[in-house]
Amino acid sequence: MRGLPANVTFLDLIRRNKRKSVVLMVGMGLLVVVLGAALAAAITVYGGGAEALVPALVLGAAVAAVIAVIACLWSFYGGSQAILRMSGARPIDKAHDPQLFNVVEELAIAAGIPMPKVFLIQDDAVNAFATGRDPAHGAVAITTGLRHRLSRDELAGVMAHELSHIRNYDIRFAMLMATMVGLIVFACDAFWRVMWYGSWHGTGRRSARGGDRGSGIVILVVMVIAVLLAILAPALAMLIRFAVSRQREYLADAGAVELTRYPQGLIGALEKLGASTTPLRGANRATAHLYVVNPLRNAAKGKGHEASSVFRTHPPLHERIARLHALMQ
Amino acid sequence: MIPMLVILGIVVVLAIWVISIFNRLTRRRITANGAWSDIDVQLKRRYNLIPNLVETVKGYATHEKETLESVIKARQTAIDASGVQQQAQAENMLTGTLRQLFALSESYPDLKANQNFMQLQEELTSTENKIGFSRQHYNNTAAQYNQAIAVFPNNVIAGMFNFGEMDFFELDDDAQREAPKVSF
Repeated sequence: MRGLPANVTFLDLIRRNKRKSVVLMVGMGLLVVVLGAALAAAITVYGGGAEALVPALVLGAAVAAVIAVIACLWSFYGGSQAILRMSGARPIDKAHDPQLFNVVEELAIAAGIPMPKVFLIQDDAVNAFATGRDPAHGAVAITTGLRHRLSRDELAGVMAHELSHIRNYDIRFAMLMATMVGLIVFACDAFWRVMWYGSWHGTGRRSARGGDRGSGIVILVVMVIAVLLAILAPALAMLIRFAVSRQREYLADAGAVELTRYPQGLIGALEKLGASTTPLRGANRATAHLYVVNPLRNAAKGKGHEASSVFRTHPPLHERIARLHALMQ
Repeated sequence: MIPMLVILGIVVVLAIWVISIFNRLTRRRITANGAWSDIDVQLKRRYNLIPNLVETVKGYATHEKETLESVIKARQTAIDASGVQQQAQAENMLTGTLRQLFALSESYPDLKANQNFMQLQEELTSTENKIGFSRQHYNNTAAQYNQAIAVFPNNVIAGMFNFGEMDFFELDDDAQREAPKVSF
């Protein structure tokens, strides 16, 4: 962790992480509510009901808030299970793979967190992920492809990275963020559809156009704000999400080394992960953040270039390896 | 009447403040003590694994009686040790003899291929790592606790309620840091 004062501990970083998460979540929540209000108002005005502007604003905000709360609760309590099911992970016990279990147990001791559940994904692709809203509900999953390719030290590096995500509360944050971003994208999408549909079947809305100039300006302002929000909000939300996700990958790498005190392990594993091109089934855009390396990266690689750097979930592997080398000095 | 209430209010706020710091320090101390007892759990686990290992090796490496005996002796010394310093020394010696044992197993291919031996080796490797990691974790929590009782105003409250500094579990040398691994 170069660039940080020497007395900053990982506990401080975790605290800072949590604080940042709260700020970002509140920001996202506000964005959802404002968006809900603006879209409802725009649709009302567009439909010809300019006099119902204020009730529409309030109703839109309330509906958006309720939906956001329900979605977040669902992702908080049910998200982990859904992701494990989606990825096709099966729980295993110690007799199945004693070494894997031992390694996870060792690192849980080092991190001072309860032993997470261990899952195996039957897939030749090389990847691993962690899930669980807090350390008490943690779970780690690894593909059979990666499991067979790694030495004990490399396995420890990967698992330490995953346990760091659990310990840093990155998972809870990533899942809530994904939910909010999903909601924003969905709301804007719905808004454009209504607008599109409205312009074809524009019944009733003409009647409002004949009103006084004052309401004409209000309608114009509402429409401009709503359209701007509908364009900017999804992009902004995604940008924030991807930027934060990349930062946390670096932090999880550093946290892994803090646990194992052996950067070579994770470096070796990252090199093997970079060398493989098998894409992972059962991973998608929503869950990509949770994996140790981006499971979808190969799709972009096939076209001869990596995905544009702003929308990358993970920092480039060579950059992560370089930072790990820096930790050894 | 009003000054009385103001004074009472200040006293109540002060009391809540002292209690919250006291609780925070106590939580830290409990965490550190828990980490300390985790080390013990792993040490005991190692004692339990060794007789099995010695039995398995005996069947193959008949000419290595000396090494086997030194492992058994080191185990007994570690079990009998008392006090942090003596304990640490005995454990280090045990780690050394175990490493010797695993090194000599290299020259016995049959032993190395034995399923039981491979299992024991994995378990002992893991237990050595767990000992190392639980020490590391204990030192982290002890450092956090020591820092918490040293800063103002916590140090005043720590002094009032006898919160003493905690010792670190020191390792003998730097090589020891990477040592808790018998894998090859």
